[in-house]
Amino acid sequence: MARSASKTTQSSKKTKRDNKRSGAHTKAQLEKLALSIVKMAEREQDPAIAIPTRSLSNVSYNEKTRHVEMGDNKQSRNFFNYGQAKRFMQTMLVGSKCKDLIEMGKTASIRQIYYMSKHTIKGTKEKTFDDQSESDPIIEDLEVAIDTLREELHVFASNRGNLAGPITLVDDGNTLDCSAMGSAGYAVPSICEPDMIQFKKCKAKFILHVEKDTVWRRFHEDRFWQTHDCIISHGGGQPARGMRRLLRRMHEELKLPVFVLLDNDPWGYYIYSVIKHGSINLAYESRRMAVPDAKFIGVSSFDYDRCGMSDDVKIELDANDVKRAKQIANYAWFANKRPWQKEIKKMISNGFKMEVEAMISKNLSYLTEEYVPMKLKDKKQWLD
Amino acid sequence: MTEQNLVEKSGTASQLSLGFNQGLSAPAIGSNSSVGKKIASTKSKPVEGNGKKMRTRATAESMAKQQREISVSEFFAKNRHLLGFDNKRKALLTTVKEAVDNSLDACEEAGILPEIEIWVKQTDSDRFSVRIRDNGPGIVKNQIPNVFGKLLYGSKFHRLKMSRGQQGIGISAAGMYGLITTGKPIRIVSRTSSRAAAHLYKLAIDTKKNRPDIIKDETIEVDFAHGTEVTIELVASYNKGRQSVDEYIELTAIANPHATFVFHPPVGSTLNLPRGIEELPEETKEIKPHPYGIELGTMMKMVKETSAKKLGAFLTSEFSQVSLTVAKSVCHKAGVTSATWVNGLTPPVVEKLYKVLQETKLRAPSTNCLSPMGAEAILTGLLKGIKAEFYTASTRPPSVYRGNPFQIEVGLAYGGDLGRDKHDEDHNEQNGKHEPAQARVIRFANRVPLLYQQSSCCTFKSVLETRWTNYTIPQSSGALPRGPLVILVHMASVWVPFISEGKEAIADYDEIRKEIKLGISECARRLGTLLKRKKKKSDFTKRRDVFTRYIDEVVEATRSITTFNKEDFRKSLIVLSQNYTAAADMEFDEHGRVVKKAKPGNDLGLENTVVVNRDEETPPSQALFEDDAPNKKVKSKTTKAKKRKRKRTS
Repeated sequence: MARSASKTTQSSKKTKRDNKRSGAHTKAQLEKLALSIVKMAEREQDPAIAIPTRSLSNVSYNEKTRHVEMGDNKQSRNFFNYGQAKRFMQTMLVGSKCKDLIEMGKTASIRQIYYMSKHTIKGTKEKTFDDQSESDPIIEDLEVAIDTLREELHVFASNRGNLAGPITLVDDGNTLDCSAMGSAGYAVPSICEPDMIQFKKCKAKFILHVEKDTVWRRFHEDRFWQTHDCIISHGGGQPARGMRRLLRRMHEELKLPVFVLLDNDPWGYYIYSVIKHGSINLAYESRRMAVPDAKFIGVSSFDYDRCGMSDDVKIELDANDVKRAKQIANYAWFANKRPWQKEIKKMISNGFKMEVEAMISKNLSYLTEEYVPMKLKDKKQWLD
Repeated sequence: MTEQNLVEKSGTASQLSLGFNQGLSAPAIGSNSSVGKKIASTKSKPVEGNGKKMRTRATAESMAKQQREISVSEFFAKNRHLLGFDNKRKALLTTVKEAVDNSLDACEEAGILPEIEIWVKQTDSDRFSVRIRDNGPGIVKNQIPNVFGKLLYGSKFHRLKMSRGQQGIGISAAGMYGLITTGKPIRIVSRTSSRAAAHLYKLAIDTKKNRPDIIKDETIEVDFAHGTEVTIELVASYNKGRQSVDEYIELTAIANPHATFVFHPPVGSTLNLPRGIEELPEETKEIKPHPYGIELGTMMKMVKETSAKKLGAFLTSEFSQVSLTVAKSVCHKAGVTSATWVNGLTPPVVEKLYKVLQETKLRAPSTNCLSPMGAEAILTGLLKGIKAEFYTASTRPPSVYRGNPFQIEVGLAYGGDLGRDKHDEDHNEQNGKHEPAQARVIRFANRVPLLYQQSSCCTFKSVLETRWTNYTIPQSSGALPRGPLVILVHMASVWVPFISEGKEAIADYDEIRKEIKLGISECARRLGTLLKRKKKKSDFTKRRDVFTRYIDEVVEATRSITTFNKEDFRKSLIVLSQNYTAAADMEFDEHGRVVKKAKPGNDLGLENTVVVNRDEETPPSQALFEDDAPNKKVKSKTTKAKKRKRKRTS
């Protein structure tokens, strides 16, 4: 098994991964997986795929790299297990489709993978997949099972996230000036690997990442990137892998500091944590995507008093929010940060949450002309 | 209602007057008899020993004029419902039942495998002629009039022995009912052997004198070597379905698998029920009463009637389980000696003796007087009569209620064609629900089916009290369990405590109920195990189905990733799937245990690898008891041995 071999060679894995791998490597990994299954059946064993667990129980926070990293816990997906048989079959199906993609040198979206793998099982009325929600996690399972990445399986997700600013990049051979991309800005693709996207010219001094499209539009319309020489980006909620990979590459390759502006709610805290340390679900991707130096500039629970906001912006916390906030406070990467503990406690004691748009309630330009510039200037108000 | 049984038990004239009182208070059903002699109403006339003071200003003398003996026949002519002649439909059933019971008893006592033929012919819109012929030993000429023309005349009342009939009322009551309703006498033909001549009698019953009136007495030619044929014409109605003659005969055949029945109904085709076993039930022994089971009055009567001279001899010879030592100690405690003359005993001394006997620790009555059906016979009977999938039976060790030994047997039949019954389906549609119909309880007392008064019967209560849900059978509280289930309960006893003379329901004694519940639990546990296993089996079948469905997908997908021998891979997956779902191949024996079967080999061909067990044809019941029966679902070779073992250990 690919994974069990790499278990013992954790350290060598990193160097292996950093090397640019060809499709041939991924193909070999897939073949290895297939053969191991055939071997197990030959030995009269229950064919199984070991899939590293993608949950909080199997992630740890690496203090040095400041990454959320995946642990060694694995779940066995057995064919002769009533509850897993179908997913086992689906995993093999997705594997075979990825192998086809690699051989043909083409890529497919996760939705296309769903359609490629979906068919009626011979002699029955049962479909191999009923819904894309079944195939999406299977792709992630396969990634971790054979220690590869989605791009290497020639699979991509739909585009999500936009950016604008004084940067010129080459995307699939086309040179694009992101300061001249119209009102919608540059749509960040799902795959932002160096072979796909290269940076050509950059005048920006930092990146301001906001939570969602509506806020981003405010900044874009107000030409914030022009006045402040920066790149503004958003990920449409929790940023997808493409956006996160691009942030990381811009941060690393162009040495741009990253500031994030998110809603003052547990969800916002988690988005920040995903950008900064990596996500729990895709912990194996942290080292490619995390931006450990990213700074949280707002909206902070203290801003209500600090900025003299009106009662109208308050959104009451519900039980779920409180529960989630406490959960986040307990994450290893938040637990030892006193400012963060204060911040989360403050939100709970406030009893309300606020959206970034709350700042607009003062006046339309308050957010872009007063609030964010104030935040950017005052390092003390940043949360790390 | 058990009072009446106490009555029956002691069974003398004094008890009958007690029964009489009850008869009085009951509504006089069917007293509009057209032919039967109308008997003077005694309602306003106090009867000696009645004890009730009337407010009429009659003198002792004027009352004395009205005070006279009431014959038993007269009493029952008025109170026919007590004997099971409440309505036309039931009258027909009771007539058939009494005759068949007598025939079976007679055959068994004579060691003959019973062959009973029943004809029911419609002679008028509400008149039927019932003819029952058996191959029994026949009846001696002189006794024929008494047996059929006199109530309370019989061989079975004065003894404690397990038999179907008890009082000697049944068949003559049926004849009397016929006579009252149609005026037609009862016709009897009996032949004791092929060398003897057959006698034909036509009898009426003089209800006043409880005496047969011989209308015809002649010798005739018949085509049977020995046996008795009774013909009674009566006002009745014939229906099929529950509580019908048909059901009675079917159930009787279940409880008597050693007997052959042929039934010619008034309409439709003849019902042939050949015997399932060639062995007569073990002969039962007569026993003496156990001191715990008698009343003081009975004891006084026994003192009067005994042939023993001295008290010690009386106690040891007239009672069971009273040894000389016990007798001596009882006498001593009562202030007399075993050498005391019996005819010198005064009532207070008898009472003292009675009390001492009740307080003395005595051994339970011997139980060799009982002849249970046995698990094998129950299974044979159920197999013969009920098309189910699962059968189980259990014979409880003998037990005792009020000094009477008894034994409980329980059988269960489950699944198969049960519940696919038309009747049950209709029932469901009426309810508008899809839940399965309620289970059916079939009750037997000394191999006689009980068709009426189900809800007052001890057996029925025991079924209700059993927690069926423990055995994965659905049951709403206070109701019968639901499902394709037949519950058979048989009580064998020297004296079955019926709640009425109609012998329709067993009285509710704690000891009896406890035994029935234990028997039911034992069977239900096996059924529960089977149902759980079956569920497991079906779960595993489902699993195998899923694995099989995906095997090709996995093979193709894996094959498209890399190169290997596709067929080998497929075969090993199929073998694995077989092994991982081996429970799907389980088969069950009669205890619901898994019958060990060789595991499918690895060289199993591809074609028949996934076989869902298809319901096999029910083999003839005989085949099931042979060693090499193809279907081992009911394999009761061991049950008899086991039963004996249980008996011994208990």
